[in-house]
Amino acid sequence: MAAPTMDRPAADATGVPAVQTLTIAKALNNGLRASMEANPKVIVMGEDVGKLGGVFRITDGLQKDFGEQRVLDTPLAESGIIGTAVGLAIRGYRPVCEIQFDGFIFPGFDQIVSQVAKLHFRTQGRIKVPMVIRVPFGGGIGAVEHHSESPESYFAHTAGLKVVSCSNPADAYWMIQQAIDCDDPVLFFEPKRRYYEKGEVDTTAAPGPLFASRTLRTGSDVTLVTYGPMVRTSLEAAAAAEEEGRSLEVVDLRSLSPLDLAPVYESVRRTGRLVVVTEAPSESSISSEIAAKVQQECFYSLQAPVLRVTGFDTPYPPSKLEEEFLPDLDRVLHAVDRSLAW
Amino acid sequence: MSSPEKWTHPGPDAAPATAAKPTAEQVIAGLRATDEGGADLVQLLTPEGERVQHPDFDIDITAEELRGLYRDMVLVRRVDREANALQRKGELGIWVPLLGQEAAQIGAGRAMRPEDMAFPSYREHGIAWTRGVKPTDLLGIFRGTDNGTWDPVETRFHPYTIVIGNQVLNATGYAMGQKFDGKVGDADGEATICFFGDGATSQGDVHEGFVWAAVYDAPLVFFCQNNQWAISEPTERQSRLPLYQRARGYGFPGIRVDGNDVLATLAVTRWALEECRQGNGPILIEAFTYRMDAHTTSDDPSRYRLSDELELWKLKDPIERVKVHLVKQQWADHAFFESIEAEAERIAVELRDYCVTLPDPPAGRIFSEVYAEGNHVLEAQRDEFLAYHAGFAGGEH
Ligand SMILES: Cc1ncc(C[n+]2csc(CCOP(=O)(O)OP(=O)(O)O)c2C)c(N)n1
Repeated sequence: MAAPTMDRPAADATGVPAVQTLTIAKALNNGLRASMEANPKVIVMGEDVGKLGGVFRITDGLQKDFGEQRVLDTPLAESGIIGTAVGLAIRGYRPVCEIQFDGFIFPGFDQIVSQVAKLHFRTQGRIKVPMVIRVPFGGGIGAVEHHSESPESYFAHTAGLKVVSCSNPADAYWMIQQAIDCDDPVLFFEPKRRYYEKGEVDTTAAPGPLFASRTLRTGSDVTLVTYGPMVRTSLEAAAAAEEEGRSLEVVDLRSLSPLDLAPVYESVRRTGRLVVVTEAPSESSISSEIAAKVQQECFYSLQAPVLRVTGFDTPYPPSKLEEEFLPDLDRVLHAVDRSLAW
Repeated sequence: MSSPEKWTHPGPDAAPATAAKPTAEQVIAGLRATDEGGADLVQLLTPEGERVQHPDFDIDITAEELRGLYRDMVLVRRVDREANALQRKGELGIWVPLLGQEAAQIGAGRAMRPEDMAFPSYREHGIAWTRGVKPTDLLGIFRGTDNGTWDPVETRFHPYTIVIGNQVLNATGYAMGQKFDGKVGDADGEATICFFGDGATSQGDVHEGFVWAAVYDAPLVFFCQNNQWAISEPTERQSRLPLYQRARGYGFPGIRVDGNDVLATLAVTRWALEECRQGNGPILIEAFTYRMDAHTTSDDPSRYRLSDELELWKLKDPIERVKVHLVKQQWADHAFFESIEAEAERIAVELRDYCVTLPDPPAGRIFSEVYAEGNHVLEAQRDEFLAYHAGFAGGEH
C-alpha cells in the first residue's frame, strides 16, 4: 500500500520537532488526530471515546477538538457500533470503531464476518466498506476475565478483512493512519500492555507499506517471528541470547492478514530454524498458519521443525496466573535451545 | 395510537409461551385478536374494495395512480409466481415467495423518492421493482450464479441481506450519515427505509438499531412486514405485545397499517418518510399482512399452519380489493385488466428465458473483488488455481 496521501503540516513548521518521543498510546492519539484533520469523513465511534477519551485515553481530546458528530460516544452495544459503522461507510464516511476490550468484540462478530468482510465481494466491488476496528488486545495488565484475550486469528481466518498489529510508537502513529486510508476494512490490534512504552516517532519520514512485515534485528542462528506485545519479549530474548553467543533474527509481522512471509522465508533459508512467538492460543491460529507455510516453502532449508511459543489452548486464566500463561523471555529462550539442539 | 394500558399480562392460566408448538386455540386467539389488525390498524381500502376514511392518514388518489399500483402488484406477483415455478423446475436453487405481501411492498416502495435509500431483507422483490431493479437481477442469488447483480449505489437498493436483522443496523448507520450530511430538516431531505420481518424483531441487531436510531434521531423508517410467521414460529413466539407498540419503549412512534391495503401502506409510509426528512424520525411501521405461500420453496407450512388461517387471509387478498375498487369506480375496464395480464405474461417469459440461459460465472469469480485493494496471498492462490484450471481442456470452465 502507498504511503498516506493526505496533506500534513510539516512538523517543524508548527514548532513540533520532527522526531518525538511518544508512548504507543499518544502515538495512536496523534495518528488519529492527523487522519481526522486530513479527512473530514473520518469519524471515531465507540463506548466512552468522547469525554473520557476511551478507557485507555487513546481518543483523548479528540471530541473536544472535532465535536460530537466526529467523535461519537455510542450506546453500549458492539454489534450496534460495527453495524452502524457499515452504514456510515457505505454513505461515504470512514469510521474508526473502538472496541473497549478484546473480549467484547464477540457481540459484534456477526456484523464483522457477515457484513463488514463480505459486502465488497457480494456487490463485486460496488460497495466499499473502508472502516477500522481498533481492538486493545492481549494480557499482562492484571485484568479480570474477558479483558486479556487475543482473538486475532478469528478475523485473519475471514476473507475480506485485513488484520494488523502495531508493536511500537512509530508504527502505531503511521499504521493507524494507513489503516484509515485503506479502502478495505482493517482490524487494528493494539498491544494494550505496551500502550505506555515509549519510542521515537519521526512524523516526517515516509512510512513503509502497511501490509508488510519488518525485520527488527538480524541474526544468523534462529529466526523469531512475532507481532504485537510479544515483539518486545522477543527482542529481549534476542538480546539475552546474544550474551550467550547466539545470534537471533527477529521479524515483526505487523500484518496478520495478509501475511507477508517473504522476509521470513528468506530468513529461515539462512538460519534454518524458526520459532514463532505469540500470546494467542496455538490451535488453528496465525502461528499454525506460519508453521504450515514455512515447512511448505522452506522444507529443505529447515534444520529443525518449526517450534511455537504461545499462550495455552485454555481460556485466559485469572490474572494471578497470567505470568504462567504468557510466553516470557525464558520460554522463548527454551524454545531456541530446543531448536538448536535438533 | 393505543396506550400501553390496553395490553394486559397473559395471566397464570395462559398456555406457556415456551410450549413446543402453539396450540390451535392460541393460533385462533391470535387470529381473532388480529383479524382486523386490532383497533389501531390504519386502513383505507377494505377487503371488499370499499374506500374508507381515516382521520390522520387519508390520501387523494387518482384513477391513474391506483391503476399504477394495481399494475405494480400484478406484475410483481407474476414475477414471484414465475420464479417459484422456476425453482420447482430446478432452475433456481431456492425462491423466497412474496405472495400476499404485494400491497405492503408496493405501497412502501412507491412512497419512496429516488434519493431515499432502501435496505431490504431477502423477500423484498416488490421493493426492488419500485427501485427500478430488473426482476432478472434478482435471479443470480437464487440460481447461485452471483449474490444479486443490481447496482446498490445507482438504484439505492442495498443488497439482499440473509442474516436476519443485520441490515437494520447498516440502515441505521446510513441514515445517521444522511443526518450528518445535513440532508435532513426540510422537504428536500433524504430518508432511509429498512425492511425486516416479525421474526427479526427478536434479533439484537434490530433492538440495537432502534436504540441507535432513537438516540441519533436518524431519518429512518423501520418497516416491519408482519406476515405472521418466521418460518414456523408465529409472531406470538417473538413478542408479548403487538410489534408496533414496541416503538414506544424506544421513544419513537409506532404505527400499524393494513399491509394488504396498498393505499393505506402508501399513505402511512409517505407520512413516515416525510417525518424523517423533516427530522422527526425514526418511525416504526408494522405492516400487518400474511405470507400466503411457504416461507421459501424449502418450507412445508402444512406442518405448522392451519388451513383455515390461509382461507381467511385469502379473503383479504391485496390485489383483488384494488381490482374491485377500480371496477366499482369505473376507473378501469376489461381492456385495462387484459393489458396488464399480457404485460405480466411478457415479463414472466423474459424472466424464464433469462433464467435458463444465465451462464455459470467463470471460475475466477471466486477470487474477484474480495478486497478493494488486493491481497498478495489471495492473488497467489488465485494464480495457482487458474493455472491448474487452465491445464484442463476447455480453459476457464
Ligand atoms: C441470524 C439468522 N438466523 C436464522 C436464519 C434462518 N432464517 C431465515 S428466514 C428465517 C425466519 C425469518 O422470519 P421473519 O423475520 O419473520 O421474516 P419473513 O421471512 O417471515 O419475512 C430464519 C429463521 C437466518 N437467515 N439468519
